[in-house]
Amino acid sequence: MLLNQFLLLGAILFAIGVYGVVARRNAVLVLMSIELILNSVNINLLAFALRNGGDPTGHTFALYVIAVAAAEVGVGLALVLLVYRNRRSIALDELSEMKG
Amino acid sequence: MIATAAPGWFLEHAYVIPLIPAVAFALIIAFGKRIPDTRIGRYTIPGGGSLIGVASMLGSLFFAAGAALQWIQYTDGENYVAAVRKSWVWWQSGGIEIGLGQQIDGLSVMVLLLVAFISTLVQIYSLEYLKGDRRYTHFFASLTLFSAGMLVMVLAENMVQLILGWEIMGLCSFMLIGHWWEEKANSRASLKAFFTVRTGDIGLLVGTAIVGLSAQKWITANGLQDQYSGFSIEGISRWALAGDSQYKSVLTWGAVALFIACIGKSGQFPLHTWLPDAMAGPTPVSSLLHSSTMVVAGVFLVARLYPVFFEGLRILDTNVNLIAVIGGITIIVAALLAFVQTDIKKVLAYSTVSQLGYMMMGLGVGAWTPAVFHIWTHAFFKCCLFLCAGSVAHSGSHHSFDMKKDMGGLWRKMPVTFVTWTISSMALAGVPFFAGWYSKDEIIDIAGGNQYWVFFAIGLAGAFLTTAYMTRATYLTFFGKARGAAAGIHDENHSDAHAPAPSAHGAADAHDAHDAHDAHDSHAGPHESPWLIKGPLVILATLAIIAGLINAPAFKIFKFEEWVEPKAMPVSLTGETIHEGSARNISVGAFGLRTSSEGESERKPVAAEGDGHSPTEGESGAEEHSAGYPGSAIEEGHLTGDCGTPGFVPAAGTTCYAPGVIHHEFEWVKALPAFLLVVLGFIISSAVCVTLYGKKRRPLAGLTERNIIARGLYKFLWNRYYLDALYEGVIVRGIAHPLARAMYWLNQNVFDGIVNGAGRSGRKVGEITYKYVDQGLVDGVVNGSGAAARGTGTALRPTQSGKVSQYGALLFAAAALAALILVLVNS
Repeated sequence: MLLNQFLLLGAILFAIGVYGVVARRNAVLVLMSIELILNSVNINLLAFALRNGGDPTGHTFALYVIAVAAAEVGVGLALVLLVYRNRRSIALDELSEMKG
Repeated sequence: MIATAAPGWFLEHAYVIPLIPAVAFALIIAFGKRIPDTRIGRYTIPGGGSLIGVASMLGSLFFAAGAALQWIQYTDGENYVAAVRKSWVWWQSGGIEIGLGQQIDGLSVMVLLLVAFISTLVQIYSLEYLKGDRRYTHFFASLTLFSAGMLVMVLAENMVQLILGWEIMGLCSFMLIGHWWEEKANSRASLKAFFTVRTGDIGLLVGTAIVGLSAQKWITANGLQDQYSGFSIEGISRWALAGDSQYKSVLTWGAVALFIACIGKSGQFPLHTWLPDAMAGPTPVSSLLHSSTMVVAGVFLVARLYPVFFEGLRILDTNVNLIAVIGGITIIVAALLAFVQTDIKKVLAYSTVSQLGYMMMGLGVGAWTPAVFHIWTHAFFKCCLFLCAGSVAHSGSHHSFDMKKDMGGLWRKMPVTFVTWTISSMALAGVPFFAGWYSKDEIIDIAGGNQYWVFFAIGLAGAFLTTAYMTRATYLTFFGKARGAAAGIHDENHSDAHAPAPSAHGAADAHDAHDAHDAHDSHAGPHESPWLIKGPLVILATLAIIAGLINAPAFKIFKFEEWVEPKAMPVSLTGETIHEGSARNISVGAFGLRTSSEGESERKPVAAEGDGHSPTEGESGAEEHSAGYPGSAIEEGHLTGDCGTPGFVPAAGTTCYAPGVIHHEFEWVKALPAFLLVVLGFIISSAVCVTLYGKKRRPLAGLTERNIIARGLYKFLWNRYYLDALYEGVIVRGIAHPLARAMYWLNQNVFDGIVNGAGRSGRKVGEITYKYVDQGLVDGVVNGSGAAARGTGTALRPTQSGKVSQYGALLFAAAALAALILVLVNS
């Protein structure tokens, strides 16, 4: 079982995702990066599920994550759309009205 | 007895039948637009990929015909013949394997042939009808995929594959109904069709889960998992007929859930509203949708999983059941609606709904074979009627479907269309010796024979209504004075002409085709359609006469029964018949007791030896438990097998795949009432039509304006029982205005009164409290905590920069820190 490879792939995806979330200005790209992070988690879940002899729990969790991710992207995109309508821009660093 | 003949190549490879159109769909999408029209001499070969679609349907038809012929050789009409099953694993989860495959038996062979045949004719017709349309290629691609979806569903080996085909059809019907989506009404109609069917589909998913998982449990418990998956049609059928008492309620709920899906798909009573609106699509689509595909899918599902419904809803065992009731209501409700339509296609749409009601009711009263036979006959004449309507619109009434405004007197101008229409109408009305008569009459007969007297009466009333509304439609279209476009009057302002208020859908048919069309007929007035349209009409009209002859009880022809009806005898697990002659005569005794007697001498039971199962045991068991059978009058019948009779449990090592069907002896006397009603319907309706729409004296004209009862009834029907208003106005718009207003009033006057009263008294208390408690004690505490919060806030303020990326970075840093701690602690 090539567990390491799966975990490595997951880790790389996760790192790319974190980079995207932290360093990108474009809100859509940030959403996409979050998606990457979630999927890297999915890979880990499935990899461990397979190592445990095809344990369906891991699959179930991965499915849940996918469903939740879809909902999250829906809400996120709606937010981005509204922000764009109001400000004609989706650069995140310009959105700092919430600062304390 | 083992079926001796091998199934044959076409049966073994029936899976290619849906595969061909599926591949053709991909080809049309990929290359269709690049194929130009080619001109050879006088003829133009249509491009745009349409011929790929026609060719693929011809291919399917060839394979389906081959399969049908081989199936006829394969069955012997007497014994159970195992279905030709094949399955490839598609995916598996939690020990359940879901396959893609085929389950070929009489039912699927019949529907496969039907679908392939009708689709071929409809595609040929569309070559002419949609000539010059702006989305010609797209249309043929969707049409081909649509047929593929139906074919996939029909030969589905398991429920998941069935859902796959079912949903492909749902999607394609959405695309086709909204083919001219630029018109708001059309896109609304397609959305409505899609969502209404989806509402029912929830039932399909839930029902499949209920039924499939329970069957899986049963199969595992009985050690049969090598033979069936729990989701396979055969596995579910066996589970349902095994008579295991622990699954009784599960069966009921599963059957109800699945039937909700059938209500949605087949346009049965509460969810029938989408079907008439679906007329917004091009006429060939309506024709295909309403004859052999889509709406038949629901009926097919009930016929396919009949054991589940039979056992779950206790058909034949109780006086009334869900399927029969819904079917019965649908027959009457839809037939009445057909009377007030001015759009010719809508008359046909409601007539389809009503005929589907017949099929459902037939299944509900135990008339499996005639109900399935009605699918067969209905497809031909209903397809023909729709194509006739299209032909009239194409060449006679200048793309209008309004019978009252733009038709009339067309029979002289369009003789072929008129004759084919009349033949199909007669088949639909159930005039003796036309196709529809054989099937419809047997449904009514069995309803009566099985003591379902209410449904027997509904069936007869339906026959009367059917004749009457078809007479009205025929009169308005082909007789009387030519009106509007039929008289050669063209409203040059098309946008006006195409927008008659509530029946705007469909009126906009062929806007584009229109321009190309005008070029060659240059407003020549009504004329006969070209051969690409007439050809399919003639073929279908011929079949509307002869297609019923394969099962004509009146002439002792029972071919369809032999070929299609599953034999309801217990068979061993390998598919061998255990003992011959479980078919027997039964009679319903005086006190609702059904007694049985042995069949004819050549069908005498031969007891199987050594397996501990004696047929007499099973039969006596059936006798004991049959007290619950409905009715009281004495009626003779012929039961085609023990399976499914109350209390019958197949012995160990044997199994059942289908419940028995009770056939009743045909007598001319029994066919008489229906025939008289048909004649009566014709006479009354003609008389009313002449007085209402005739040339000279019209004593009844304006009745709805003069008579308050007539007006009320008309308005009620015109508004379609207000069901659409209910769905859209109340449910869709969020339990709309009246309720909101009532709530507002309640809010303003009642709740506010309470609140205000409470407020006033509260204020008094408050003032007192303020003076003493608040100012003195509480403020001190509050101010103190406020100051503390402010201090913390100031300290933490720099971290709240409002920058999302910074928050993200903090989040991940914290997570990393936590992970680090976790690792350190655990190691």
